[in-house]
Amino acid sequence: MSEVPRTKEAYSPPTPELGPGQTSYTSITEKISGIVLTRKTPIPWFLAVIFGVQLVAILQIAIAYLLYEGVGIWGLNIPIGWGFAIINFVWWIGIGHAGTLISAVLLLFRQKWRTSINRSAEAMTIFAVMCASMFPLLHTGRPWVAAYWLLPYPNSMDIWPQFRSPLIWDVFAVSTYLTISLLFWLLGLIPDFATFRDRAKNRITQVIFGMLSMGWRGSAIHWERYEMASLMLAGLSTPLVLSVHSVVSFDFAVSIVPGWHTTIFPPYFVAGAIYAGFAMVLTLMIPLRKLYGLEDFITERHLDNMGKVMLVAGLIVGYGYFMEQLIGWYSASVYEGFMMYNRMFGPYGHMYWLLILCNIVVPQLLWSKQVRLSTFWLFVVSMFINVGMWLERFIIVVVSLHRDYMPSSWDMYYPTIWDWALYAGTIGFFILAFFLFVRAWPLIAVHEIRTLLPIGKKKDG
Amino acid sequence: MTEQVSTISRKHLELSEIRASLSKRKGRDYWRSLDELAATEEFEEMLHREFPERASELVDPVSRRNFLKVMGASLAFGGLTNCTIQPEEKIVPWVRAPENIIPGKPLFYATTSPVGGVGSGILVESHMGRPTKIEGNPDHPASLGGTDSVTQAVILELYDPDRAQAVTNAGRIGTWNNFVQNLNDTIEPLRANGSERFRILTETVTSPTLGRQLAALRQQFPAMKWHQYEPTNRDQSRSGALLAYGESVNTYYDFAKAKVVLSLDADFAATGPGSTRYAKDFAAGRRVRENSKDLNRLYAVETNPSPTGSIADHRLPLDTGGIERFALTVAEKLGIRTDSNAAVFEDTAGWIPALVRDLKKNSGASLVVAGQQQSPAIHALAHAMNEALGNVGQTVHYTEPIEVDSIDQGSSIRDLVTDMNAGQVDVLLIVGGNPVYDTPGDLDFKSALDNVKFRAQLSLTADETSLSCHWHIPQTHLLETWSDCRAYDGTISLIQPLIKPLYGGKSVHDLIAALTGEGGKPGLDIVKETWKDHPEFSNDFENAWQTALHNGFVSNTRLPDKRMRIRQPLQTGNTVGAVLDEEELELVIRPDALLGGGRFSNNGWLQETPTPVTLLTWDNAALVSYATAEQLGVQNGQIVEMSRDDRSIRAPIWIVPGQADQTVTVHLGYGRTHAGRVGNDAGFDAYPLSASGAMWNSRDVELNKTFDQYELACTQDHHGMEDRHLVRHANVDHYQKHPHFVKDHDPSFQIHGQDVDKDKLNLYTEEVHGAKEFKSTTGNSWGMAIDLNACMGCNACSVACQSENNIPVVGKEQVLKGREMSWIRIDRYFTDDVDDPDIYHQPVPCQQCENAPCELVCPVTATAHSEEGLNDMIYNRCVGTRYCSNNCPYKVRRFNFLQYADRDTPSLKLGRNPDVTVRSRGVMEKCTYCTQRINAARIESKKSGDPIADGEIKTACQQACPTQAISFGNLEDPNSEVSQWKASELNYGILTDLNTNPRTTYLARVRNPNPEITT
Repeated sequence: MSEVPRTKEAYSPPTPELGPGQTSYTSITEKISGIVLTRKTPIPWFLAVIFGVQLVAILQIAIAYLLYEGVGIWGLNIPIGWGFAIINFVWWIGIGHAGTLISAVLLLFRQKWRTSINRSAEAMTIFAVMCASMFPLLHTGRPWVAAYWLLPYPNSMDIWPQFRSPLIWDVFAVSTYLTISLLFWLLGLIPDFATFRDRAKNRITQVIFGMLSMGWRGSAIHWERYEMASLMLAGLSTPLVLSVHSVVSFDFAVSIVPGWHTTIFPPYFVAGAIYAGFAMVLTLMIPLRKLYGLEDFITERHLDNMGKVMLVAGLIVGYGYFMEQLIGWYSASVYEGFMMYNRMFGPYGHMYWLLILCNIVVPQLLWSKQVRLSTFWLFVVSMFINVGMWLERFIIVVVSLHRDYMPSSWDMYYPTIWDWALYAGTIGFFILAFFLFVRAWPLIAVHEIRTLLPIGKKKDG
Repeated sequence: MTEQVSTISRKHLELSEIRASLSKRKGRDYWRSLDELAATEEFEEMLHREFPERASELVDPVSRRNFLKVMGASLAFGGLTNCTIQPEEKIVPWVRAPENIIPGKPLFYATTSPVGGVGSGILVESHMGRPTKIEGNPDHPASLGGTDSVTQAVILELYDPDRAQAVTNAGRIGTWNNFVQNLNDTIEPLRANGSERFRILTETVTSPTLGRQLAALRQQFPAMKWHQYEPTNRDQSRSGALLAYGESVNTYYDFAKAKVVLSLDADFAATGPGSTRYAKDFAAGRRVRENSKDLNRLYAVETNPSPTGSIADHRLPLDTGGIERFALTVAEKLGIRTDSNAAVFEDTAGWIPALVRDLKKNSGASLVVAGQQQSPAIHALAHAMNEALGNVGQTVHYTEPIEVDSIDQGSSIRDLVTDMNAGQVDVLLIVGGNPVYDTPGDLDFKSALDNVKFRAQLSLTADETSLSCHWHIPQTHLLETWSDCRAYDGTISLIQPLIKPLYGGKSVHDLIAALTGEGGKPGLDIVKETWKDHPEFSNDFENAWQTALHNGFVSNTRLPDKRMRIRQPLQTGNTVGAVLDEEELELVIRPDALLGGGRFSNNGWLQETPTPVTLLTWDNAALVSYATAEQLGVQNGQIVEMSRDDRSIRAPIWIVPGQADQTVTVHLGYGRTHAGRVGNDAGFDAYPLSASGAMWNSRDVELNKTFDQYELACTQDHHGMEDRHLVRHANVDHYQKHPHFVKDHDPSFQIHGQDVDKDKLNLYTEEVHGAKEFKSTTGNSWGMAIDLNACMGCNACSVACQSENNIPVVGKEQVLKGREMSWIRIDRYFTDDVDDPDIYHQPVPCQQCENAPCELVCPVTATAHSEEGLNDMIYNRCVGTRYCSNNCPYKVRRFNFLQYADRDTPSLKLGRNPDVTVRSRGVMEKCTYCTQRINAARIESKKSGDPIADGEIKTACQQACPTQAISFGNLEDPNSEVSQWKASELNYGILTDLNTNPRTTYLARVRNPNPEITT
């Protein structure tokens, strides 16, 4: 690297990662810790939490009734053995991916702009994976045994899970994902907890953050170990971005159901996950930025970049849709051909066209820089994508199953109120968890964002 | 405790009392103590008050002692419900078990199931004294081992928790003795004078014993009138015989000899007396086996598609008038003279000349069968045609009527109603049947019944009629009764009980005996008395009786053939064969294929079994053709109001391809109000539309559309095969030219309809990817083949499977959601024209794939491949991910979405097969090829050291199938029946292009149409 000659071009300053309002360590620290270490809580926060609590109450009822009565309370039948539970599982897991991508992949690629959003995106990942992991267990007929029979534990009967089944791969993939994401997130929080501990004026807060910061003193050796651990966890997380959703896609791709049995699924699912994840990050960030006045941290540049990532991911997803159609035709298989025809013109045809609208047509607005810089339009587009990605999973899961090989067994799927209740409940859990996090823990990585200041960079250099 | 008991003061026992009491008892007896023997008052008291000194504790709600006692008692009683109900005298531990009973080993008893009065032989499987399953009696001429779906469901009727359990008098519980007293007091004054005011109403009676008893009763009440009525009667054929021969006659057929059959709306293979035998003989004539491509041929004209019609080589949907004109025209060509002046049949399909030539060519080996609901003229014409074709004595046999008293039941019930309205009936005993529900609407039986001073009913359940009766006596079920009846050919068949009456009911014989002064006489003695002088039992009665009971029937008692002389010209009358006007609609009423006239309305198995062809469950509907639906402007599920005279009903429309245009068919047996928990309010009651004398069809019906919708639970929404070539078929001449035609449509060998090399379809070669030759370690490798040529979609297999494998009933709501549980379903496809389609049935059990897609996706290995090649289900390992079902291309797996199996109703527990797990909610289940039967045979084989012989294991579906369309056995034995079936060039598997390598395969359907008929 030292051999590279220095050019004498005119100096053009890089686009700033921070807004003009943030000029010193103090201003950053005060701004971010102020959200937590204050008595003032904005009214909208209360509204969001109340809304979340309501939905969590519904979640509890939905789960209790499900355990009492059985999965028959949902709209499932034969042939449609999987419905909302699996759709929502895949949807939530997908949403989680943005957090990992931002915190791990962008860290490895040294994208500094990620620091403003990585903490909250990681939190989003964790809560989304928590929501997701409720479903696989609850959707089984007998969760009380599924809870441990799916795990490979030594037992006197010498019975092991079936390692050929993608559902077992799921168990490993998702649990690994949750563990690593959680560790990575908590690790990153330690220096900030220490900052909060030091700034706390109230004894209880001091004790709590003191415990959470695990004795962090900011010594050089601490920082060195911290950096090493982050790098290692980032290295572990990066393959997870690709592997988790690939494994999830195997649930479908390994089977022989037309519409599931597709080799394109792993990359197509990963792209879809990033697509959905970034849409969800924007859905959360745009209101939050407004609510806490974080425009200096989450700048137009962030919005612009996230818009671009979404556009690219969306185009890959669009390519996936196109390839499904192409292969359906090119395979000359009766089943594949009919499956594609049925997707477009069958009883659920309107869902397919709605999907195309949400995931392909509307996101083309992102080509325009004005849209990428407009919080309103970005929010609208990201909501479309949230809906579109859910529809995609509906089409993959339900529409493929409802008409597969035996025409005599074809049937329809109508979700019941309990399907919706569980879905709404997990959304409530997500909102509640996220807003509690925002209120209680640093939602932006203070120590990392400090490095974005010119003064910080100098140190770096 | 002992101390307290001993405080009961003991009375000194008198030895003389004991001796006296002993001398009254007969046979081996047990007693617990001398106190009991003497039946002292103190002992009785002790029995009733086990802890008399502490009895006050019973009112103390919190005593721990009391709590433990109640717990113990509930445990004990909980166990009681699972026990066979033993006679009181034998409540002693089985120190020496009763003869023949080995725990875990079922016993089979032969008895007879009369449906519509006419018996069909059955074998009943009994586990530890509890009947659990019905099979056909292979020796009985009416069964030959097969059964129909209704017979299979008789076992559930026995355990129906809604059966009447006590004698009731005006709704209050009474006693049998009170009833007999009351009845005798009421009829005593009539004995001398006015015995015509005493009436008995029965269903069709073929029982010689009941006949003998009624004759004895009539000696005491000379003018007593005996009425007979049941909705599924044979009045029309009786009137037809009167028309043709001037006397009542029993007609039965020999399909084994028939090469050409013309069915005039006769569903001979699926309903009516002898149908099981007919189905077997008919299907045997259609088997395509090596070198035999000589098939029989069936022409069917019918109004609504029936199982029989669906296997016809030529089928023509016609309204009633059309069928009559058709029959008249054919008869005329066969040289039969009638007085009819009906229009000539407009033979657009070009059938008549070809059909007539075919019939004539096969003189003596042809057969014309008329349906029970067809007019007497059609029956007379059928007789005349058979006569003209020389079929009598060959394919058609005439005997004396098998009924004890063959009467016109329609007139009989009408007379009874007239007399009741006129106040001429004082005492009416209704023995079986449910006339308030199942009599024609114009009779208004219910209000007529109110004029009777003393009315009593003996029936299984307290039904609509019981509500209007003073007394209701619970009847013993068929499997609790000693009786007898005749089969379709007159064979005397015996009915023996398998279990003591569950609710202490009374049989019809007990009732009549109580009137003739033989009250309390055991049923066995009553039946034996009938036969003690019969020639078949003349020498060594006991021995002959035991043989007859063992066989279930008396050999060589088929009624002798009777020579008949036809009356020509036939007086068919002028009303026959009228043409429907352009706008006119004809109402056609039929008994339901499964519920009959309503006897089985409360039978969950039959309610949930899809009605053949329409595949509706839990409901009947107004069935119309596509063209008629268009003409009327109605859609599926739209409610229409139909009225006849002043009576009207509301019914949902259901469009059936293959229904005759301008006709609306409604089925009886639904819409009951007091059938029980299962049958109440299922479907609509069509009886109000029927009229006495014109029970089965009418043109005086007004149909009005409404805008209401009704949801009908149909088990198959999609009628086409979508190019999947699931059912493969050819005409026999095509088959002769292309013996391997089944491969022509095999997607395994084709791209865009062009044949290609199979290896080119796959990235991998056959060696790498292809199915490996399966070799079992035990020498047994199970497989099944299903002959589509024999399947008529009657659903007997499905009900048999439900009975054998403890499959729960889920209810209409769950069926609507697509959660029916049947392990073997009959898929039905229509091809060609929607107005006159070809109908194909395909039974689909688990295909037991060699490369099973279900197995590798289960995360807990709850479904695994067995040593002998089956996909075993491990219920207690299943966590219910339903992934296996998603990945099953045949969709044969069934999931317990909710707790479907009834775990609470005690009576239902008795009827379950103890060899099969009752599944809980959250568990997947499917066909196992009756693995419990395989295991039973394997155990025997291991004990004896001999390999399992071919035919030793029969799956429940195979055993029940009346046409023997299913073969099961060892694929590794090249001589087994199933191996030979599979060696046929007609053998194919479905969806084999998925490389599933299914063990269940199908033999393609080969039709034998008349080459002269082109359409």
